[in-house]
Order: sequence, then structure tokens, then C-alpha cells
Amino acid sequence: MAKIETLDANLFYGDFHALKNISMQMEENTVTALIGPSGCGKSTYLRLFNRMNDLIDSTRITGQILVDGEDIYRKNINVDELRIKVGMVFQKPNPFPKSIFENVAYGLRVNGEKNKSYIEDKVVQSLKQSALWNEVSDKLTKSAFELSGGQQQRLCIARALAISPSVILMDEPASALDPLSTAKIEELIHELKKEYTIVIVTHNMQQASRVSDYTAFFYLGELVEYGQTVEIFTKPKLKHTENYITGRFG
Amino acid sequence: MISEKRTKIEKSKKRSEQIAFGIFRAMSILVVGILFFILGFIVVKGISVISWDFITKMPEDGMTKGGIYPAIIGTFCLIGGSILFSFPIGVMSGIYINEYATNGKLVRFIRLMTNNLAGIPSIVFGLFGMSLFVNTLGFGDSIIAGSLTLGLMTLPVVIRTTEEALKSVDNSFRHGSYALGASKLQTIRRVTLPIAYPNIITGLILSIGRVSGETAPILFTVAAYFLPKLPHSIFDQVMALPYHLYVLATSGTNIEESRPMAYGTALVLIMIVLILNLLANALRRYFSKKVKMN
Amino acid sequence: MPKPFYKKLFEKIIEGILALSGSITSLAVLLIVIFLFKEGLGLFNRSPISEGYVLAVNKSNPISKIDANLVKQIFDQEITNWEKVGGKKDSIILFHLDDINSIYTEAQIGENLENLPTCISNVVDSIGGIVAFVPKSYIKSDFKGKVIEPVNITPKEFLLGKEWYPTAEPSAQMGILPILLGTLWVSLGAILLSLPLGLAVAIYMAEIANARVRNIFKPIIELLAGIPSVIYGFFGLVVIVPLIQTVFNLPVGETALAGSIILAIMALPTIITIAEDSLRTTPRSMKEASLALGASRWQTIYRIVIPYSISGITAAAILGIGRAIGETMAVLMVTGNAAVMPHSFLEPVRTIPATIAAELGESPKDGLHYQALFILGSILFIMTLIINLTVEYISSRNKLGKR
Repeated sequence: MAKIETLDANLFYGDFHALKNISMQMEENTVTALIGPSGCGKSTYLRLFNRMNDLIDSTRITGQILVDGEDIYRKNINVDELRIKVGMVFQKPNPFPKSIFENVAYGLRVNGEKNKSYIEDKVVQSLKQSALWNEVSDKLTKSAFELSGGQQQRLCIARALAISPSVILMDEPASALDPLSTAKIEELIHELKKEYTIVIVTHNMQQASRVSDYTAFFYLGELVEYGQTVEIFTKPKLKHTENYITGRFG
Repeated sequence: MISEKRTKIEKSKKRSEQIAFGIFRAMSILVVGILFFILGFIVVKGISVISWDFITKMPEDGMTKGGIYPAIIGTFCLIGGSILFSFPIGVMSGIYINEYATNGKLVRFIRLMTNNLAGIPSIVFGLFGMSLFVNTLGFGDSIIAGSLTLGLMTLPVVIRTTEEALKSVDNSFRHGSYALGASKLQTIRRVTLPIAYPNIITGLILSIGRVSGETAPILFTVAAYFLPKLPHSIFDQVMALPYHLYVLATSGTNIEESRPMAYGTALVLIMIVLILNLLANALRRYFSKKVKMN
Repeated sequence: MPKPFYKKLFEKIIEGILALSGSITSLAVLLIVIFLFKEGLGLFNRSPISEGYVLAVNKSNPISKIDANLVKQIFDQEITNWEKVGGKKDSIILFHLDDINSIYTEAQIGENLENLPTCISNVVDSIGGIVAFVPKSYIKSDFKGKVIEPVNITPKEFLLGKEWYPTAEPSAQMGILPILLGTLWVSLGAILLSLPLGLAVAIYMAEIANARVRNIFKPIIELLAGIPSVIYGFFGLVVIVPLIQTVFNLPVGETALAGSIILAIMALPTIITIAEDSLRTTPRSMKEASLALGASRWQTIYRIVIPYSISGITAAAILGIGRAIGETMAVLMVTGNAAVMPHSFLEPVRTIPATIAAELGESPKDGLHYQALFILGSILFIMTLIINLTVEYISSRNKLGKR
């Protein structure tokens, strides 16, 4: 069974048809990159999986999206619970105005975890997983804003990991970072793949080819081509995809 | 799975959210309810008093009968007098702050002072107006003393309104005008002001609403307890609606019998404020439509 | 082409006029300070004894200076022995000008009161424990008694005195502590009521309600701000005051509570508008991050949005207090205006603005009372200035803090 499955999904913002008949499957413990020019719907598509689009008034969705075989848009589904299973890392680092420790502990706390030692263990574990522990172990009580941009983004990843999701959505996680920090994030994605299913939206072709197993190319709300990253980048089936990848438009 | 514990947590999360949102919604409805209750109460109690005579006659029989004509006229005199002072100076001040002043520190200082002036309680304006206009300048209790006091009080509102309106004018308009060789003053007169104009007007109308209802600043500068005649010059005293309401409600010769008069006066005062508010809102909508069409 | 020189000159002149207008508010604030203090400061180092009168005692009385408050207690017959005020053990005998008729006949005083000074002099000389409150003009150079000097009004007494009888005879009591406390009580009561309510509405409008509901609410809040204070006062007087009287079974309904309730309603628009604006500054991405971690909307509001905008909420509360402290008419109409030390919310109190509004009309210009009211105005001015500067400081620090 595929980890995430999309069946004929459509999304409308009012009258605007933002996603058109998307169908695809993503396997467990793989990294799938969503690429395409700005406004092609790739971020909107990503936000379907944790129902972030719900926050915008007047969106309408048809079709089915399944995570672990469960329709996440069915009635009676608990959205908060879905979001625990499907974590997210945003484009710009967006730590909370709290201490480093509290940032990571936040997800546990809001989900009713009261056991102090469990929270502490989990925070440390998540910080280690996101390769931030060595840099922050002595200043856990300091404000998260004192960290550099790259560190903040890894903190946001640790924050997402702390509530033990099985899927992590990444919306251009390195677009606001310098090359060195970007490299660290990419390295991290490689590590995380062993335990998590990762979907990443990126503008950067090289990044897509470096980190992902599968790549999906979106254009004007449609899924143009989807396949193994190696295939897409070396011998794309469609001319359109090739033009985009080789930088002839976009 | 861990699901039993999870379901319990999710349930309690949901419940506390429902309770919290329910409280917020109830409180919001309460606030709106308070407003409608106040308005409704005054309207219901006052409507039977309102008549043509009430609006056009002098008060009679120790203010228990007759009308409130001189108070209405007095209030309009004060509105006219105060805007004559505050509009030109306030608008010019706003233009200076937003278009001319380049020194950041100076602008910050002026703004600080404007905010401070806005925060001064109305009774302090009353004291000041009495000391400066009534006593030192020798105007006595008069329309001019009251108008200047009220005008001074509304200045910050006018200045801020103008500033906000000018700020919302996109710089590209100004640059376009400069590029055609227009001077700064020409640009302001022919480009910036006409665009900012609708917002300025709306703000000014709202400030009139404030002037019409203020009591404390006119207590010792112009308002007459009982003066059943119309003013002849700007150095005359007048009655004014808000003060008249205060007198009727608390210190008339016969408070019980003048209650209906008080309800009527309150209704007239509320109508003035309400009409000004609606006018401002309608203008805002009208102008924003016009801008969209262009 | 037009003459460029004239054109330039014209532009410069206009700019000058505009700059002058720009300075108007600073000028106004300066003038207000000058005039308030000019009228008020004469109060200090002035005798509290009614203008044109003196207090005279027997020559043998060792007392030469006396406190305004003691004068009141003596004339209220609360103190009846000179020992209590630091003199000899001798009972105090009060003497007013009217009492002269019971001692001397009209013939002795004279048709045109020409013998009155001598009569007074004799009376004061003959009674050891006497204290006479008489017009200064009747004290001649051959006066056989002793005029005692009252202690002048000091800022400390003014601020901490517990009695406010500004027109009392023979000695005015200028203690504003009950008025200061009354102002604070009513304002704090108001903010306690209106802060939770205002904050709830602000949160509802910023985070919960949809755009349509918000568009209905906004103009309503604006209207609430536009209603004149005298209308609120009138409403309070005819609705809330009787209600409080019945509910708490009180002799009068004009109480601190009535003032707090009306002020709470009046402070609502200020609190709602400022708090809502500041709640809206919370970055969308931060809220999304919280939701993405499985937090409910409510958890996101109280764990992220409120902490993020706490300084704006503080500013809203402070400005709300500022509005309440300075409000005049509504408070004047519903609080009962008793200048006594406040003990409970169910008793009448009096605030600074209400005191000024109620008493300035009856105080003769440049008299003690008049000056005291201007000092009260200055104190009110300083209080609101501090409040404004605090808010200004909070919001400027806030702008720096948030990138």
C-alpha cells in the first residue's frame, strides 16, 4: 500500500481552479520532490496532505487523498490528529517566540503530553535527529530567535520530528538559507528518509535531483510528469518537462 | 494503537476550544447587544418627545416644556467654529508632517506631541480654554472661546486623518508628477491631495461627530445653563445639546418633569452622531467604488 | 515662462506656513502646561484661612502657628482643649463675629460699627481660651490679642490630606487623597470589567469570526466610540444606577460600581481596536506552524498569538485606563461625587475630572479653591502624559523587537 495516495484531486479557490485532476502515489520511506514554476500549484498540493488549505476561506476540494489508506478529507476525521501524523516544515524558518526547548516541546505539550522526563528525552532526541544538538545543547533556555537562519530551520525540523510523525512535508525548506545551511538540510533529509516519508517542494532543480527518489513536475495546476528522479532528470518523457529542467523556461 | 489515549486528548482539546470560542462569541454578542440596548433605549424613550415644536421652540417652564432650539443652534455654531479652526490648520499640519518634514527625529517628536495632545482628557482642555481664551484673552464665555477649545481638541484627529490619507497615496504618483517638472507644491495640490481627498473628508466628518458630543471642554468656555435666545455674535454664550442634556438630567429645576425633555435631547444628539457616522461610511464606500472603477 | 524667482519664493512661504501648522500640537501641549501651572501653582504657600479673615487668640496663648486640619477640628468642636494642639491646659472657646451681639449692645458697637474693632479686641483680651474668627479689617494696630498664623498649604498635605472641603470656614481643607483614590478605584474597576470583555471581542474579530461578521462588527465598534460621553452618563443615570440600587439594596445607586460599569463600556472601543490590531500582527506562518503541529485553533491563540502580541494588548489596557481616568461627564453623572475615602465599590466616590467639572463653576477666579482645581487638572494632565509616554515606549520597543 502506498503511504500517500491521491485520486483525481481538484482544488478551487473560489472560481479559480488551482489543482486539476491530480492522481499519484508516494511510497513509504521515499523522498518525493514537487517541482514546477511559481504558481503551478505544487505548494497548494503539498498543503493538501495536512489540510493546511482549510485555513483559507472559500477553498473547495474534490477527489480523494489517502494517507495510510485513510481518506483524510472524510467527515469526522480529526484534523489535529492528522497533523500529528503529517508534520510540516515551512519555507521561512518560523520558530515561536519561545525558548529553544519550548519550541521543540510545543507539539508534545499541545497534544496533552504531561510527563516531564518523556518530553525532555523527546526534545533531546529530536534535536539530535535534526543535527542541531551539538550546537544548542548548552543554551536550550535561550530564545529561538538567537539562532542563525539555518539553525532556526533545523529547529523547525526538530519541532516537527518531536511529535513522531510518519510523513514530513517540506515547503521549500532551504529557499531562505545560505548554501552551507542548505547543504546541512539536504544531508538531514537523506538521514530522515530512513524513518520518514518526505515530500518536498523545491525551486531548485539541483536540490531536487540531489535529495529525491521521485520527482513530480507541475504546471498550471496539472501534474505533467511523475517518475523516478533519475528518469525525469536524464530522459524525461515529455518535451515540456525537459524544457523546464534544463532551464529553458520557468 | 495509542489511539484510546489520543482520542481522549483530542476530545478534551475540542471541548476546551468549543468552550473558549463559545465564550468569545457570547461576549462579542454581549458588546453588540450593549450598544443596541443603549441606542434602542434612547430611541424608544425619546421618539415620542420629538416633534417639530421640540426642535424649533425655546425651552419653557423651567425646561420641562417647549423645545431645544437654542441648544441645537448652539451646537451647530460650535461645530462650525471649531472646524473653521481645526480643519485648515490640521490638514496643513498633516501635509507638513507627511510631505515636507524630512528629519526623522523632528517627525517623531511632532507625532509624539500629537499623540500626547490626543491623550489629554477633555476636562483639561476645558481648564486650559477657560484660562487662555476666556480669562487671559478676555473673550469671556463665548462661542469663540468654546470653538477654539473644541478645535484644539480635535486637532490631533484631523492631523492623523490627513497623515494616514496622504500616506496611503502611492509614491509613484508623486514621482510621476516630479518627472513632468512639477514642483513639490504643485504635486501636492494637483496630484497628492486630490487622491487623498476622500479619506481626509471621511475622517473630518467623524471628527465633527466628536465635537458635537463633547461636554467637558465647553462647560467653562461657552455653555449656558439656560438662555432662551439665539446668539448674535461670536462673543455670545450659547446653549449646547450635550450640556443641555447634562443639565436636564442632573440639575434642572424639576428633574422628574424634565425627564422626557432629556430623552428627546439625548435622541437628537444620538441622531446627529449616527447620521455623521453613516455619512462617513457611505462616503467611504462611494469613494472606494469610484477608485475601483477608474 | 513664469518668473521662477517669485514662484520659488511663493513655495518657500507656503512651506513656512505648513511648518508652522506642523508645530501647532507641540505649541498647544506647551501652552496647556504653562497655563495649568500658571493658574494653579499659587496655591502652595498660601494661607488656607478664608480670604480676608484671621484667627486671633488671647495674648497669653503660647500657640503661634496652627495646622489647617487642626483649625477644622477646633471649629467642629472635635478638639476642645488647647492642650491637644500643644498649648496650655485650657478649654477652647470659639468666637465668631456674630457672637459679638450677645456680648455688646448695638449702641456699644456703634451705628456704623465704628467701635467693633475695639469690642473684638476687648473680648479676645478678656477670655483666656478664646479663638476668634474675624475679618482682618477689624484687627487694628492697637489689637490686644494675638493673630495666629496658619501653616500654609504644602504639596505633601495637598496630596496626602484625607479631607476635601475646599470652601470650609474658617480654614479650607485641601486634601485630595480621597479624590485621587476615587479616580484610581473607578478606573481600575472599569479596566477589570472591560479588559476581559474587550480582549474577547478582539480575539473573536481577529481570529475566530469570518470576514462577513467582522465587516458588521467594525462599524458597530466605531459607533460605540462615537457616542458622546454625556449620553453614556445619562444612560447610566436612568438605567444602571437604579439597577444597582435595587440589586444591592442600597440607599443610593450612584456608586463607584456604576462609574466603573459605564467607563468599562466607554473604554471598550479603545481596547478592542488596539488589541485587535496587535493580534493581527502575528505572522501567519507562525500560526500555521502551530496548527501543523496538531495544535487546535484555541491552543494556537493562547499559546502563540496572545504571547506574541502581549505588548500591544498591554498598550490597549493602559490606554483604556487612560481613557477611564480622564473621562468627565459620565462619571460625574453616576458616581455620586462624595469626596470621602473610598471603602467599597457600593459607595459614592468622586474623581478628579468630576471634581473639576462640578466645582470650577462655583469657585471665584484666583481663589484658593480655583487654584486647587487647576492643580488637580495638572495632576490629571501628568497622569495621562505618563500613560501616553508608557504606551509610546512599549510600541516603539515593540517595533524594534520584531524585525
